[in-house]
Amino acid sequence: MNLTLHVWRQKGPKEPGKLEQYEAKNVSPDQSFLEMLDEVNEQLIKNGKEPVVFDHDCREGICGMCSQVINGIPHGGQERTTVCQLHMRSFNDGDTIYIEPWRALAFPIIRDLIVDRNGLEKIMQAGGYTSCHTGGVADGNAILVPQKDAEYAMDAAECIGCGACVAACPNGSAMLYTSAKVAQLAALPQGKAEAAERVCNMTEAMQEAGFGNCSNQSRSGRARLQHDRGDAGSGFRQLLEPLRVPGRVPQRDQRQVHRKA
Amino acid sequence: MKLVNPANKRKYKILVVGTGLAGGAAAASLGELGYNVEAFCYQDSARRAHSIAAQGGINAAKNYPNDGDSIYRLFYDTIKGGDFRAREADVWRLAQVSNNIIDQCVAQGVPFARDYAGYLDNRSFGGAQVSRTFFARGQTGQQLLLGAYSALSRQVKAGSVKLFARTEMLDLIVVDGEAKGITVRDLVTGEIRSHVGDAVVLCTGGYVNVFYLSTNAMGCSVTANWRAHKKGAFFANPCYTQIHPTCIPQSGEHQSKLTLMSESLRNDGRCWAPKKAGDNRAPGEIPEEDRDYYLERKYPSFGNLAPRDIASRAAKEQCDDSRGVGPGGRGVYLDFADSIKRLGEDTIRSRYGNLFEMYEKITDENAYKVPMRIYPAPHYSMGGLWVDYNCESNVPGLFVLGEANFSVHGANRLGASALMQGLADGYFVIPYTIANYLAKIKPGTVKNDHPECKKSVEDVKSYNNRLLNINGKKTVSEFHRELGKIMWNNVGMARSEESLKDAIKKIPVLREEFWKNVKVTGSGEELNQQLENAGRVADFLEFGELMAKDALHRNESCGGHFRTEHQMPDGEAKRDDENYCYAAAWEFKGVDKEPELHKEPLTFENVHLAVRSYK
Repeated sequence: MNLTLHVWRQKGPKEPGKLEQYEAKNVSPDQSFLEMLDEVNEQLIKNGKEPVVFDHDCREGICGMCSQVINGIPHGGQERTTVCQLHMRSFNDGDTIYIEPWRALAFPIIRDLIVDRNGLEKIMQAGGYTSCHTGGVADGNAILVPQKDAEYAMDAAECIGCGACVAACPNGSAMLYTSAKVAQLAALPQGKAEAAERVCNMTEAMQEAGFGNCSNQSRSGRARLQHDRGDAGSGFRQLLEPLRVPGRVPQRDQRQVHRKA
Repeated sequence: MKLVNPANKRKYKILVVGTGLAGGAAAASLGELGYNVEAFCYQDSARRAHSIAAQGGINAAKNYPNDGDSIYRLFYDTIKGGDFRAREADVWRLAQVSNNIIDQCVAQGVPFARDYAGYLDNRSFGGAQVSRTFFARGQTGQQLLLGAYSALSRQVKAGSVKLFARTEMLDLIVVDGEAKGITVRDLVTGEIRSHVGDAVVLCTGGYVNVFYLSTNAMGCSVTANWRAHKKGAFFANPCYTQIHPTCIPQSGEHQSKLTLMSESLRNDGRCWAPKKAGDNRAPGEIPEEDRDYYLERKYPSFGNLAPRDIASRAAKEQCDDSRGVGPGGRGVYLDFADSIKRLGEDTIRSRYGNLFEMYEKITDENAYKVPMRIYPAPHYSMGGLWVDYNCESNVPGLFVLGEANFSVHGANRLGASALMQGLADGYFVIPYTIANYLAKIKPGTVKNDHPECKKSVEDVKSYNNRLLNINGKKTVSEFHRELGKIMWNNVGMARSEESLKDAIKKIPVLREEFWKNVKVTGSGEELNQQLENAGRVADFLEFGELMAKDALHRNESCGGHFRTEHQMPDGEAKRDDENYCYAAAWEFKGVDKEPELHKEPLTFENVHLAVRSYK
């Protein structure tokens, strides 16, 4: 198939940026989105032009490095799929595709499609851990963790930290990212001791890093925790489910958040 | 083992390169102890190191299932799995600390799978007859890395660790024979600068991207290790590479990487190929009697859980015999139909749902309905920089942890043991062994204005400028693809004297062409991914030759190193313990010069060297 791309090009954080048009020719439906961009870049290089730079690494949907807004939706239109796992079979011959970087105040553009996500690091550093040190801990089975709590914690822990939730939120909030870590650790006995302090420290760091308040909605009318792997339907995802419909958050789920936190 | 007094620890600066399981755990643990740590990674966050992609699990000798496991058994399985080419003492220590790792991770809040009563759950992995693998769904690597990353984040907040993301190590600084720093490139600004320290810890992973297509992340390279090698560190057993049996087959020329399907799938999936050559029927139409469940047939006691090297070669045999399936006949089936019939689709979904989903995204096929197609792919490197029992290389002050070193996996690594080694080295080895070195030296003797630092910075700058000024016709990735083809065809799953000699002839020709005809756009003073890749591919073009030379010199078959000239009548690897029971540590002598071989004999006091049998 042949496609027309409009790609955001920007030399540096302070330079003006604009959409440039490129043609992607003979694209195979089995190619991943990034492999399609690789080919476009190969052609640009051969023609003596600067290739488009974009973040990517594992290319199997888990590292959270890739970060592109495709046709207005972070990571593109496929549910629970990162850009690197988006395959060209979900596009049609002749399609026009708009490719932009994450858009959020707290994510300054470094170049083209690459943004600075250091704000997420600051949130983690503020409390995304249990304060244990290496060595001298109890046997792994000394404290039992009910299976449903472990599963709930795992649902939250699956967050790949890509920042798509920030890019999707009209307020550029990192609330999903932050609450995923908060919820994971609060659900486990090992993390419970510091739960209250953690939630305060992490949300404060979130605000300091320039992220907005939670909007309960996304630019495209739905929010989702962007993680590629894991089973649908269990605890944490149910908690997020109401966010898919803007402005409707059932009471029961709110209580659950407070109790767990 | 010497100690460093708590009040003196902050006077020592330790540079940790790489933030995967080994690097993240090391930087966090050393920071906690009070050392002054600087940690470096090329990704934008320490959490994105490729350890994150490990799926199946982590081994430990807890014996929770009461199935006869012990530290000795884990030790023995690992030695045997490595085809008796690992150092006994290192493996023993690994097995000893394996249990501490699980405890540590639980304390960090790693949400391991639990049973209904709340106890930790286990599954089985290849090369073992006990269930000793702990897991967090199909994302164990992710959860363990996030555990180490959280411990690291805590130390960054505490000020004991300074983190440099988007920073790539491009040289090792050696002063009077000891490692005293590194030269790095800031990948955003392009600035090249040196960082000095009292010790350098490389946790920079493996080198199987030398094959171009592998399960490694795109940024994984041999660069940090190779540049250290060029500064004197010996490279041990580079020919030991692991080709993982269950990966999604390549779909076309455009492909940039291969994706693993966890070994854990072999708990419930059965590998088979059609019995008749060229059988083009859909898998569902091939009746039982026309299927060859080749692993169950050849290895009845381990069946589908035969170790990786053996399972990979068996898959290759089926395809070489024209019984492969899928495009190009390079694939075999991994079939869940029996398990789904026995356990129900829901159970299979709860165990592997995410993997089935990943498979469907890539292949557009539903593995609940049709069997998965799989084929072996480069996955892990057992070889690496040579280290002693203390994880210290032959360059004093240079320590190497995790996949980057060569120490514990011998010629083949068992599943779920990479995570174990990375965390063992980072949490429970380096905090003890590094003190032994530091206690012997005076801290802070080398400063940034030392002539060696300046020279290193200048060397890296001029190297990069050379790359930028070639302005040839071919792109960096075209060269990488070509090298990958040479390596896969000649130094891949099966190697022969002929194929290796061919590789040794072709690689320098390609390297020469690279330095004349590569096109690297942009400049060095900006974010430039082409330049980053060019440096990595340039190193692979040198390293590939060493790998082929090591494979040629090792005139035996063992583990992942299979020389077609050396096989048992039934096609199994045939070792030559009399002549090759040693670790081969290569010393760099110059790019176009012969490397010098140093042999470290392997002596076994607690195990009996035996023919490795999984029948």
